[in-house]
Order: sequence, then structure tokens, then C-alpha cells
Amino acid sequence: MSQGLEHSLTSWSGQALKHKASWIDDIDARVRIVCSGIFALAVVLSHHFLPALLGLLCAFILVKSSKLNIKRTLRRVVAMDLFMLTLICVLPFTTPGDAIFTVFGFTASWQGLFHALLITIKANAVLLVLFSLVATMSASTLGHALAHLKVPDKLVHLMLFMVRYLDVISQEYKKMRRAMQARAFVLRSNQHTWKSIGYLFGMLLIRSVERAERISGAMKCRGFCGRYYLNDEMKMGRVDVVFGLIFLCFLVLLIGLNINDFFQ
Amino acid sequence: MTSSNKRLIKIDNPLIEINNLHYAYPRRGSVLKNVNFALYKNERVVINGDNGAGKTTLLHLIVGLKKAKQGEIIGFGEPCKTEKEFNQLRAKAGLLFQDPDDQLFCPTVLEDVMFGPLNLGFTKQQAIDKSLQTLNELGMKGFESRITHQLSGGEKRMITLASVLVMEPKVLILDEPTNALDEKAKTRLLNVLKALPQAMIIISHDKSFAQQLATRQLDLKEGVLSETSPATVAVA
Repeated sequence: MSQGLEHSLTSWSGQALKHKASWIDDIDARVRIVCSGIFALAVVLSHHFLPALLGLLCAFILVKSSKLNIKRTLRRVVAMDLFMLTLICVLPFTTPGDAIFTVFGFTASWQGLFHALLITIKANAVLLVLFSLVATMSASTLGHALAHLKVPDKLVHLMLFMVRYLDVISQEYKKMRRAMQARAFVLRSNQHTWKSIGYLFGMLLIRSVERAERISGAMKCRGFCGRYYLNDEMKMGRVDVVFGLIFLCFLVLLIGLNINDFFQ
Repeated sequence: MTSSNKRLIKIDNPLIEINNLHYAYPRRGSVLKNVNFALYKNERVVINGDNGAGKTTLLHLIVGLKKAKQGEIIGFGEPCKTEKEFNQLRAKAGLLFQDPDDQLFCPTVLEDVMFGPLNLGFTKQQAIDKSLQTLNELGMKGFESRITHQLSGGEKRMITLASVLVMEPKVLILDEPTNALDEKAKTRLLNVLKALPQAMIIISHDKSFAQQLATRQLDLKEGVLSETSPATVAVA
């Protein structure tokens, strides 16, 4: 597996995206989650450039004020935009409309190009808002906030457990991978490679299941019988209400711009 | 159990008693054959045995994580058969797992230590107070908001011990507590364990550690649990 992929696959252990402390950190986690959720809906459902661009502008402002580490943020944005690039290349040819140019008998249309651009803007806006509002909290805060938002317990626990054990399982993966390398194993495209990688993932799966059983045993030993308690209280302060109201007003503006068909 | 030992411990009800215990894994043959064992107050019993001899299996049977094929487990005077009965036993007999990562499943230390008391029905505030007090007693003050998987091996071990002790068990069951600990962490653990009033069942491959703790040593060999002969103890 390439170095880059290995990094993104195995090094995350539930910490927040690297950033400096900012006023966004002080806002209640629930408000941030709800705001970014509604924002995503409002932007994705827009039909026009103006609301989408306004959303992107708002996203830029939020990213700036949450003091995200620019390098790490860019790396993630680029990963998504590479995908968007294929969209821009493909959509003009598949959407019927007024021709821009013709390649090998295929016609690219203005409508397709606009559509692809609109999708790209929406995607970037949503991603950046998620980075600034949601990714700046740690995964366990996110889990607790979701629990307080009445997301089903099972889903929240699934997430919290995943966060806790992702690191342990990835350590196990790295250990086995290193043991393979220590015996001069190099990835090639032959049957031996495929078989060994198959064994590696099979063994990882078995070990994870066994670990899950041990964890369940450890929980039972401490009197677990189906209920899991979350330990924190979340209080809404004045900052939260003010931020939520301002953000909601902005979203109403975005939605309003869509309802008005004046721009079409 | 020899007669001399029995006289030594007065006539007292055992905390945990095992009669005639059998256990077999599918396709591996029987691991435990006719095991009899009793743990009394103030005892620290070390069980020795080779890898795969069934020591961990025995401990898991005692707290009901595995169900015996045959035999009887009596915890604190009550015979345990059903999950509900074992649940009550587990509150009084704290098991410390071999791998601390299996035990620490909450994001933060405090949440993990609180897990037991909350299950026992304490309120949140009581659970927090008890947890902080236990951490304090183990010299782990200030660790409550640390992230569990970022702790060192020795710290993880102490936190798992705290998470068991906070439930105020009468018996501690330790499955290789010194596993992967360095000398310093080992000494610290030894001192903490020595100061605890609980009766203990200990599995350890660390001879000096076992010897310093044990009041009695047992051997588990080919599925049979027997008193360690004095000669082996002397050599060890």
C-alpha cells in the first residue's frame, strides 16, 4: 500500500483537525452540528450560483475564523477536488445543451459545464463548513453531542467504540505488516502477494472479533448489562444562541434566494 | 489442599470455591479436569502453569465469562449458574485483564473508571467522587481527563486497576498484571498490590513478582490444579 494511503488509513485516532484555539471552539457542539447539517442541506438543494457562492463565502469566513491549519485543510480539500475535476471533465459531454466545442464527435455543453461548476462550489462550501464547525471537535465530543441530540444510542456507541479501537486495530495491522516486511515481503502483482494480503486482512478481522469478545467480557466484569452512560452535561450559553441565530438568519437568506425565481 | 493449610486459615467460609470443574474447548480436548480450589480471606494465591495450560480459562470460568461444562462455582456462599448470579459475583470479584486495551474502552480515564460504579447503580456525582478518590489513592491524580489510548503501558495498567478497585471488590483476580511492564512500573504495581486488603488470585510468569506477593502457590499442569511442592518454590 502506498505511503500516503497508509497514513490516511491508519493514523487517525479521533483527534480534531489541527487548529489553533478560536471562538468557534467555545460554541456548543450541538449548535455546530445542527448548523452545519442545515447549511449542507440548504446549499446542496440550491439551484442557482448566487446562494452557492454565498455559501462558499460563508465557508471561507468560518474557516478563517476557526484558525484551521491551512496545509492539512488544503490536503483534504484537494483530495475531494480531484474527484470534482473528473466531474467537470465528464458532465459537459453527458448533458445536452448549447455546444462549446466538439471532440471526436462528442459535444461539450455549456449547461453541463455550469452544472459541474455548481456541484463543485456546493461540495467545497459544505466540506469547508464541516471542517471549521465539526472537524474542530474531537470525535468523542462529536459522539456525546450526537447522543444529546437524541441520535439512537446504538449508533453513538458504535461510533465511540470505533474511535477508541481504530487506533488499536491499526496498530495491529501495522505490526503484522512490519512482520511481513521484516521477512522481505514486497508488494508485487503476483499470486503470492494477493494471498499474503488476503491472509493479512483475514487475520486482522479474526483478531478484531476476538478483541471485541474480550472487551465485551471486560465490560461484563464491571457489571455491564446493556446500558452505557455518557458522562457530561452540555449547556447552551448566550454565545451559542447568538451564533445559532445569526447562522439561521443567513441560511434563511440562502433558502430565500432559491425560492425567488428572479435569477433564472 | 493439604491439612496443614486448612488449620492455618482457621475454619472460615471460603470467598470463592470451585468444585469438580471441567472445561474443554471444541477440538482441543479438555483444558481443565476436576479442578478444586478455594480462596480464603487475606490469601494471595499465585497460579503457575505453562502457556496454554488453561490459567486464563480458569479465571474466566470463575467470573462466568465462560460457562463450565461440569462443576460448581460458589462465590461468596452463593452457587453461580446463571448470568444474573454471575453478575452479582462479578461486582465482588474484580478481574484485571491481560491486555489493558481490552479493558479501557472509554475515551477518557474518568469515564472508564466511572463505568463500573454507574453499572452498580450509583448516581453520576457519586461515581465521579468515587472514581477521583480511587485514582487519588493509586497515585494517579490528574489523570482523569487524559485520553485512554494515549497512556503508557504502566499508566494503562494502573488505570485498569483503578477501574476495578472503584467497585470495591472483595477479591481481585489478576491475569498477568506485569505483562509488558518495565521494572519501575512493576515495582510500583507490586507496592500498590501489597498494600491492598483484598484476597487475590494471580497469574504471573514473573517469578520474583509472584513470590513477593504469594501466600500460597498452585500449579496448573495438564488440566490438574495442585499445590506447588516446596522444592519447586525454593528453586523458583
